[in-house]
Amino acid sequence: FTLSIYLSIYLSIYLSIYLSVCLSDSAGQFFSSGHTNNWAVLVCTSRFWFNYRHVANTLSVYRSVKRLGIPDSHIVLMLADDMACNHRNPKPATVFSHKNMELNVYGDDVEVDYRGYEVTVENFLRVLTGRLPPSTPRSKRLLSDDRSNILIYLTGHGGNGFLKFQDSEEISNVELADAFEQMWQKRRYNELLFIIDTCQGASMYERFYSPNLMALASSQVGEDSLSHQPDLAIGVHLMDRYTFYLLEFLEDIHPASKANMNDLFKVCPKSQCVSTPGHRTDLFLRDPGSVLITDFFGSVRKVEITTEAIDLTDPIKEVEERPANGDVHKEMHSYVDQLPVSEIIHQKPKQKDWHPPDGFILGLWTLILLVFFQTYGVKHLRHIF
Amino acid sequence: MAAHRCCFPVWLFILCSFSLFIIAGSQETTVAPEQHASVLDNPQTAAETAEQTAGESGGVEERRWEGTEVRDAAAQKQAEPAVLQPTPQPKDDFQEELVVRPLHSGDIYASFQFRTLWETDFMRGNKVSHYRLFPKSLGQVISKFSVRELHISFTQGYWRTMQWGQPYLPSPPGAELWVWFQDSVTDVDATWKELTNVLSGIFCASLNFIDSTNTVQPSASFKPLGIGNVTDHRFLRYATLPREIVCTENLTPWKKLLPCGSKAGLAVLLKSEKLFHSSFHSQAVHIRPVCQDWQCKTTSWELRQTLNVVFDLHNSGQGKREWSLFKMFSRTLTEACPLASSSKIYIDITDNPEGEQFELSPATSLLSQAMVLGDRRTFSVYDLTQQDTFGSVRSLNLLIRWKSTEGDMLRPLLHAERYVAGYGLQTGEIHTLMYNHHPYRSFPVLLLDSVPWYLRLYIHTLTVTSKGKDNKPSYIHYQPSKDRVRPHLLEMLVQLPPNSVTEVTVQFERALLKWTEYTPDPNHGFYVGSSVISSLVPSTVAMDTNSTRERPLFSSFFPCKEESSYFVRVYTEPLLVNLPTPDFSMPYNVICLTCTVVAVGYGSLYNLLTRSFQIEEPSPGLAKRIANVIRKMRGFPGTMG
Repeated sequence: FTLSIYLSIYLSIYLSIYLSVCLSDSAGQFFSSGHTNNWAVLVCTSRFWFNYRHVANTLSVYRSVKRLGIPDSHIVLMLADDMACNHRNPKPATVFSHKNMELNVYGDDVEVDYRGYEVTVENFLRVLTGRLPPSTPRSKRLLSDDRSNILIYLTGHGGNGFLKFQDSEEISNVELADAFEQMWQKRRYNELLFIIDTCQGASMYERFYSPNLMALASSQVGEDSLSHQPDLAIGVHLMDRYTFYLLEFLEDIHPASKANMNDLFKVCPKSQCVSTPGHRTDLFLRDPGSVLITDFFGSVRKVEITTEAIDLTDPIKEVEERPANGDVHKEMHSYVDQLPVSEIIHQKPKQKDWHPPDGFILGLWTLILLVFFQTYGVKHLRHIF
Repeated sequence: MAAHRCCFPVWLFILCSFSLFIIAGSQETTVAPEQHASVLDNPQTAAETAEQTAGESGGVEERRWEGTEVRDAAAQKQAEPAVLQPTPQPKDDFQEELVVRPLHSGDIYASFQFRTLWETDFMRGNKVSHYRLFPKSLGQVISKFSVRELHISFTQGYWRTMQWGQPYLPSPPGAELWVWFQDSVTDVDATWKELTNVLSGIFCASLNFIDSTNTVQPSASFKPLGIGNVTDHRFLRYATLPREIVCTENLTPWKKLLPCGSKAGLAVLLKSEKLFHSSFHSQAVHIRPVCQDWQCKTTSWELRQTLNVVFDLHNSGQGKREWSLFKMFSRTLTEACPLASSSKIYIDITDNPEGEQFELSPATSLLSQAMVLGDRRTFSVYDLTQQDTFGSVRSLNLLIRWKSTEGDMLRPLLHAERYVAGYGLQTGEIHTLMYNHHPYRSFPVLLLDSVPWYLRLYIHTLTVTSKGKDNKPSYIHYQPSKDRVRPHLLEMLVQLPPNSVTEVTVQFERALLKWTEYTPDPNHGFYVGSSVISSLVPSTVAMDTNSTRERPLFSSFFPCKEESSYFVRVYTEPLLVNLPTPDFSMPYNVICLTCTVVAVGYGSLYNLLTRSFQIEEPSPGLAKRIANVIRKMRGFPGTMG
């Protein structure tokens, strides 16, 4: 009888634990967005100092996504020129987005992954599709999977159906659409948000055909994207209009905010932008109103709570770092002469291949002749010649 | 009764669980203080030694006891009951140092050095898994790629030797990387390529542009700086990227390698907005094996992170000959890095023994002497591990105020410059000038030139002249270039006569590149890396040849073999050469021209050939047409002819 009571007590304890596990599983809508990690690819494709605003555009998006929690290891930042430490920059190591040097979007801990001549169409497409040389470091890769939400931001000079890279090459909207399709087929994204701030930006997303893509552009086909404000001290325009208002919008977003994509579509109306910002949602399966801004711009981690106890008290076995042969190599080391003059002078030039010494060949011929004369003698020479 | 029976097993259960908790808890508590102790290990001993040095010094000569004392203390710690430290951890040690040299031009030179020493062995298949002070990212690089020595530097600006004297650690503009591999590496070139890719990720730099076209294997320069007896130059690779930009993104990962990051110690001064607002900025990482003790039978790994910066009098100093830590770095110091065994600031006061040139405040009684670059220099020392350094305001803001603008710097004995001569876009001539300012001694220099393949050197035009006479080099190593495969490598050992200028000239031809090989901005020109001049310069004082004695970090980088001379490396300017560039709008022009020709020429011909001609009736005159219209309106059909 007593035994049965113990059993019932233990059973009830286990049951209650089991129930609580079931309850935590039932929080289904918690994972509704379907992604577990966030990535961002931010590209400025313009070189030269007068394109300062494009670098500032990219850096302001970088600042926002970093502030909202995407770590540097998940951001691939491409800047085609060095504006911060450019010799024309009156305040080195800064890039400002607002007049009177109000907001330094460059920050004190920026990590640029592709810079200068590395920003090419080839590298951009390779990063997207993941077809990089094997020794490429992790910071230069987009290591996303089918649970990744990816934000892709491009800025530069473009036209109807193309975007210029560094004034020397272009990427067309067809190439870009094919790259996204390849990403989809390789399961490199869950959902993808594409934002472009160039002239005739809407032409860049016209050809997209892969699922789960949402695209925004700063201007329609036939329209120019315009810059926002010049700064007299720096001497150039600081930002483009669309990204300027995008930054203002993103500055108000915090990791817990409930702003959705419909709010993002309202950023920079024609009265502010002069151009007409466009967006495309027909490829996207969810309702934009249910997609949070932080699904793409932030890295809001979903936490799964486990009620199982994990025993961590097992001591981790220390790996023996010093093998017993520590006493084997006991020869005296010494520093090397930095400029061993006599050694350098008497340094033998490296011999290419072994070849017999000159005397050897001469000796061989002598031997052959000797044997010849020994066998035939001089008088037989006339039979030969 | 039932309740009683029920209570008993519950109590038993609670008791069991409690005992389990206690066991778990006790294990936790035994683990925690062990880690804690190992973290605190060094600062404690450092504090002890600091007290000792404070007691011992005070006079002119600052004695150094740190090395032996630290080791003894650590040994005692390990001899204690092994409960705290079950396995002897490899010992590591971190030192930080800032040297400030006020320059006569009114500029100021600040040199940071951070050294991490670790008594471990990355080689022979050793799996090193527990890192404490040494950065793991670099440790893994060393063991994966079997690196024996690694030197990497990023520099913005050119070091002006004649104005500023010799730097403590020289570096060329742009990025420089040289690596000695272990002799166990079979495919050095593949390992080198992979290593550069990995380093480009670590330092956020475009080091992946290092390939066979800019890598050389010097045969006599760049001997290993660490210990080791093998110097087969097949395991050496050297490359420069003269155009590499250096900015905050390179400084960020560099700071992350420090044990304290930029949170404490001298590294709090490293604010990018100030550091890059300077005439010269250079940051470097040097990894090499060094002697563990005076016997030199076992090796430690040394990681030396250096940062050199020169602030301009007018640009950063607003033209006032007055400098302070706050003015230079917009920060003051409040503490040393708690993990550092030594944390010091040295101010070079050799030219200012009585304070007649500049005034230094707060004053310090601690002085130190060191042999640096062939000269005996005197330094004021501020020890940050002692609380009284920071005074009552708990912060240290060094102030250097110049009193006079007179006085001359000691002229450096060796300096070099380089330029391109010639005109046009076909040929040119590279001139390298090497100055020996010593009044009566000649000394040898080793010149290393690595020229890209698109400048085709005419090596038969190579001349070396000094004082108007031909100076025959005692050693020449020349490796010709191969187009798109490897660069030219020229190494020469030249004796520089006393008080002379030695000029090396060589002519070259500019190659035509394929149109895809041009950079996006070919009008900017193409860079040729600095020449490297390694030399043994006669020293005015006897140099310290004891490599194991404790010395300030800035004076202990290049090992010194003989007392009469010191080793120095000088870099010349990189060259910017214009190559013949095609008109990149040419395809567009051709298309326009072709279209025009087709439209006008062929189009009109085609028009003429295919058109059928017929005689047109002459059109009626204006009056008749009006009459026709009127007629129509009146209802008459037909028109007038």
